Amino acid sequence: MTTAPLDKAVPLDKPKLSHTVVFWIGFCAVMALLIVAPLVLTEYWRRFLTEILIWGLLAMSSDLLIGFTGMVSFGHSAFFGLGMYGAAGALLTVHSPNLWLAILSGLAGAAGAALFVAYFSTRLRDIYFAITTLIFSQIFYVIIFTWTPVTGGENGLIFTRPHLWIPFIYDARFTTTTMHWFVLAVVTASYLILRRVTQSPFGMVLQSIRENEPRTRAIGYPVERYKMVSVMLSGLFAGLAGVLYAVQNEFAAPDFVYFLTSGDTVIFNVMGGIGTLVGPIVGAGFFQLMRELLARLFGDQFPYLIPLGIIFIAIIIFLPQGLLGFARRWLNR
Amino acid sequence: MGAIAQFFQAIPLDLIIIQTVNGIVTGMILALIASGLTLIFGIMDVVNFAHGELFMFGAYIGVLVIAATGSFWLALVGAALIVAILGAALQIVTLRPLIGRDPLNTILVTFGISLVLQNYALWQFGPVARKIPEPIESHFTLFYLQYPWYRILIAALSAAIIGGFWLFLKYGKFGVWIRATTQDRVMAQAMGIPVPLVYTGVFAIGAAMAAASGVLFAPLVGVNHTMGLDWVLKAFIVVVVGGMGNLGGSIAAAIFISLLESYATIWVDPSQAVIVSFVVLILTLLFRPTGLFVSTPR
Repeated sequence: MTTAPLDKAVPLDKPKLSHTVVFWIGFCAVMALLIVAPLVLTEYWRRFLTEILIWGLLAMSSDLLIGFTGMVSFGHSAFFGLGMYGAAGALLTVHSPNLWLAILSGLAGAAGAALFVAYFSTRLRDIYFAITTLIFSQIFYVIIFTWTPVTGGENGLIFTRPHLWIPFIYDARFTTTTMHWFVLAVVTASYLILRRVTQSPFGMVLQSIRENEPRTRAIGYPVERYKMVSVMLSGLFAGLAGVLYAVQNEFAAPDFVYFLTSGDTVIFNVMGGIGTLVGPIVGAGFFQLMRELLARLFGDQFPYLIPLGIIFIAIIIFLPQGLLGFARRWLNR
Repeated sequence: MGAIAQFFQAIPLDLIIIQTVNGIVTGMILALIASGLTLIFGIMDVVNFAHGELFMFGAYIGVLVIAATGSFWLALVGAALIVAILGAALQIVTLRPLIGRDPLNTILVTFGISLVLQNYALWQFGPVARKIPEPIESHFTLFYLQYPWYRILIAALSAAIIGGFWLFLKYGKFGVWIRATTQDRVMAQAMGIPVPLVYTGVFAIGAAMAAASGVLFAPLVGVNHTMGLDWVLKAFIVVVVGGMGNLGGSIAAAIFISLLESYATIWVDPSQAVIVSFVVLILTLLFRPTGLFVSTPR
């Protein structure tokens, strides 16, 4: 039996776009959209988009715990709030306010809170972890709310925004456009770092803790230490989100340390899809857009959390992977 | 040593006794809330985030029933019944589909329920606190205070409800089912106990207990839509300190923590006294992570 020589190329040999190329093309497309967006949008929507990015960063930081380590944190408001107050402290006490100093100080505040929470709550698992993080965030709330001489108590702290200062290159007041670009740069950098972390050997150990903690321990990984580092890393990025929010809005308020912020963070995660890193940003966008839509349709007094809460419950029951869940494997490859 | 002796002499004995009474009263309310929470956890592995909202809803229904009928006792029973039905409905609609999934899903769902209920209350009743009049207005003299009998009655009633519940668990047919399901779910099912029904029933009972404590407590503070979260947090602390799913431990921890908090208010502001319970929680987590009142750490 003879085979005739093939006169045309086998279709399988046609070079298929590799996953990496598609991913980075998609990434660049989304980035291009987000970079151009402030030039097109009105002032209101520009701020709106910037805030979605900030909430997205907060939710993304918590995704490291929920989606990758398998620990649901109900205490991210503490890290977010400490980031805010840390930035406020640096901007109010130093004679010439400096953006980078504010970021450093906010990160230090969040790291302190994260160390405290990580040390105690990683002793516990699952539900116990969720409850203790919630209670710890309330500790910080009570301290900030009652320590009026330092934190301004109920009124919070008000400060003026520092200049956008890049050494030797750029020094000017923030406009809403440059603010958006700055936030976008920070959020993108955080996304890339977190993506790298979750794909690193360290991230693999975290995922193995999520899948089977006793086995991971049996293999010989110091599970507690991994969990602590994961909580601290997550807390740092949450603190970064807090700094951005403080700089964007020029205040630090105890409301943001309150439990509701943590609750929102969890909602963004679940809606967008846990374990995807970009899902939480999509979730934050979906949540804020729905909220805006409901307010436009039914007036400002409309209790938007009732329909959103019902959507949230429905998503958990019927779509546990979230809006972006279908792309989870693909995004993490 | 002199300083310490001076410190102890500086503690006013009358204040201590007053705060002890206060602590026991709030402790009994807290025990009533926490026992519902710990019961639901012990049997269903569900951390009921919405427990505080059921407490709040009970108080609001109490307000409505009192406005309609004028009877406090009718309000107490009515609120417990209505919230029990609400709890059963919530369990069937939202928690039943989650059986067999990761228990973390239940904390998320009940958190969603608490958001919906809290915002519904805000929308329906507005942000202004409502007041329930005390059903008994007589007082007795405790040192320089006119102490209301009603507070003593709260403690007694809470103790009676918890006691009645304990008897029900011990001797009632449904109570035996509940205990059997706690011990071994699969075996209970194999012996013909309708486990899904037990789940719904337990959730309803826990909800009713929360509602009853809401009505009982309402005359002391006034009813508003945020009261749930404060109490559910305290109840969580109590349940963790007492040992998750351990009914006796929760009751002991409730009284213990309330006493400590009310002693702390002798020296600091009430809003800061909460920190005492946080400290107890941290110490418990450090040294006895399974709970203070569990005999042997597992």
